[in-house]
Amino acid sequence: MIEGAIWRRWVFFRIPLFLFILVLLFPFYWMAITSFRPDGELYRPWNAINYNPFWTWKPTLVHVQYLFRETMFTTWLWNTMLIALASTAISLVCGVFAGYALSRLNFRFAGLLGTGIFITYLVPQTLLFIPLSEIIRNYRLGDTPWSLILTYPTFLIPFCTWLMMGYFKAIPRELEECARIDGASRWQAMLYIIVPVAVPGILSAGIFAFTLSWNEFIYALVFLSSPEQKTVPVGVVSELIRGDVFFWGPLMAGALLGSIPVALVYSFFVEHYVSGLTGSVKG
Amino acid sequence: MAQVVLKEINKFYESVHAVKDVNLTIRDKEFMVFVGPSGCGKTTTLRMVAGLEAISSGNILIGEQIVNDLPPMDRDIAMVFQNYALYPHMSVFDNMAFGLKMRKFAKAEIKQRVQKAADILGIEQLLGRKPRQLSGGQRQRVALGRAIVRHPQVFLFDEPLSNLDAKLRVQMRVELKKLHERLGTTAIYVTHDQVEAMTLGDRVVVMKDGWVQQVGQPLELYNAPANKFVAGFIGSPAMNFAVVEVKESAGELWVESSGLRIKVPDRNAAGLGPHAGRQVTVGIRPEDLRIAGSEDPAVNCFDAVVEVVEQLGSEILLDVSVGPGTMVAAVEPTLKTRLHEKLRLAADPDRMHFFDIESEIAI
Repeated sequence: MIEGAIWRRWVFFRIPLFLFILVLLFPFYWMAITSFRPDGELYRPWNAINYNPFWTWKPTLVHVQYLFRETMFTTWLWNTMLIALASTAISLVCGVFAGYALSRLNFRFAGLLGTGIFITYLVPQTLLFIPLSEIIRNYRLGDTPWSLILTYPTFLIPFCTWLMMGYFKAIPRELEECARIDGASRWQAMLYIIVPVAVPGILSAGIFAFTLSWNEFIYALVFLSSPEQKTVPVGVVSELIRGDVFFWGPLMAGALLGSIPVALVYSFFVEHYVSGLTGSVKG
Repeated sequence: MAQVVLKEINKFYESVHAVKDVNLTIRDKEFMVFVGPSGCGKTTTLRMVAGLEAISSGNILIGEQIVNDLPPMDRDIAMVFQNYALYPHMSVFDNMAFGLKMRKFAKAEIKQRVQKAADILGIEQLLGRKPRQLSGGQRQRVALGRAIVRHPQVFLFDEPLSNLDAKLRVQMRVELKKLHERLGTTAIYVTHDQVEAMTLGDRVVVMKDGWVQQVGQPLELYNAPANKFVAGFIGSPAMNFAVVEVKESAGELWVESSGLRIKVPDRNAAGLGPHAGRQVTVGIRPEDLRIAGSEDPAVNCFDAVVEVVEQLGSEILLDVSVGPGTMVAAVEPTLKTRLHEKLRLAADPDRMHFFDIESEIAI
């Protein structure tokens, strides 16, 4: 909190915060309001007398209905969910083990390997998709969910590993040592002590990984071609923009519905998630 | 119950030689305290006994068995850590039961043992709580409980009281002592606090820079320190040291420096004889100094000027200047004195210590 006079609090805290929230939330508001406006209002020219871009008096569900009746939106939702969950699960398992090994086992080149993993995370997807598409083609995985379930971990695993490494490092070494004196093997100490203590970290890695794969666009665009295989981000964009015609209503409704699962995930785990980021373990 | 033997133990961390040629026998049922400043190798030694650090060379025996290559779980030891290391996601009961579960004890047996340990430590009402709901002292008790339910051969304590506040520390110290008398398990206790070492230990090991300086019962260390380091480390306030020259006049030995001239007591004369004409360090504990009275022979007395007066209630600590140096004297609480007052102090001739100036070994 800013200390001192009331005007200071307004100038340095409340007004900037308000502006910040406004800028941040406006696109979501625009998305939501557009989803529920009738086409007549959406395509009204800006100089019309009753032009009112920020509000509607005739909210309608036609765009949502269109989305579910005329497009394969439910299939896309299902595809996205399946792919995001599977790739998150794979990445979490690998990330937890790799993070544990890199932070706790003193083997040669551990530091180097950690940095190496981080560097792979920095290689942009826009470059990686070219060699990856070659691999996908060779294994005949194109246009199947596997093409994404197996390629998303290429950027999710480094991310999860890095995050878990930091989290494991914050857990006092004595916990594990005590468990090992208590009669646990290294494996049991990890399973019964370290992993349960690291749950907040695992959750935040999971949420991040889930969000990243839910929103992923490039790989999905390149590796999937038939409409029934597509994910929400690609499906909405490719099926609702035909040539130069934008179906703004269904487009925005699709974006809105597509972002709800992520919002739900965040709000459910927000407490764990915050403590995961701040890495608080009390002995 | 078992004895623990350390034979020629060394520990290297890459280029650092952390523990040097430690030879030690910790007898069955003994409470052995390792004490020394931070970085002296005491914790490393303890961790080698626990199996948490590899031994660079030497042997460690617990009972009759060489345990060098045994993992911690197979050494039949229990350890209490400075930060308690309670498992935060488990209740107090589960924390205490974990070691027994890992060793596949029957449920009834586990329950009975945990109950008994909780009873001994007075934490029965806490068994359902999580560690974060406990105070520091309670956490320490749980950590102790976790160690005693296993009935191990050896207890290892790594500065277990350091995180407690001063009052609680004294209280837990007493309880630890009682607990050891009740259970009789061999214990190795690491601390940097010499008061803990003196009060808890059957014997005390003083370490510095990886070397064992002296091993002995607390009073042996206090009365007959093997070298200047032990002399300065054991005892509070610390021993006064002064560099003096040994002089022989009329068949008597004296030690002298500017402002200080004391006759060497007979018991030290033989040892100091060869040092005549050379410098040595004299050590006098603050509690062995007093205000000179008529009964004190003049040969043990010297002049001092009061610089600081520290009232402790039970005694007064006087920081005095003696010639160019300073000393601390613990004197009667009834003494009336002022700053810069000139006093005459007498040293107890039976309780003076002399150290070689180079090797710092007691003469």
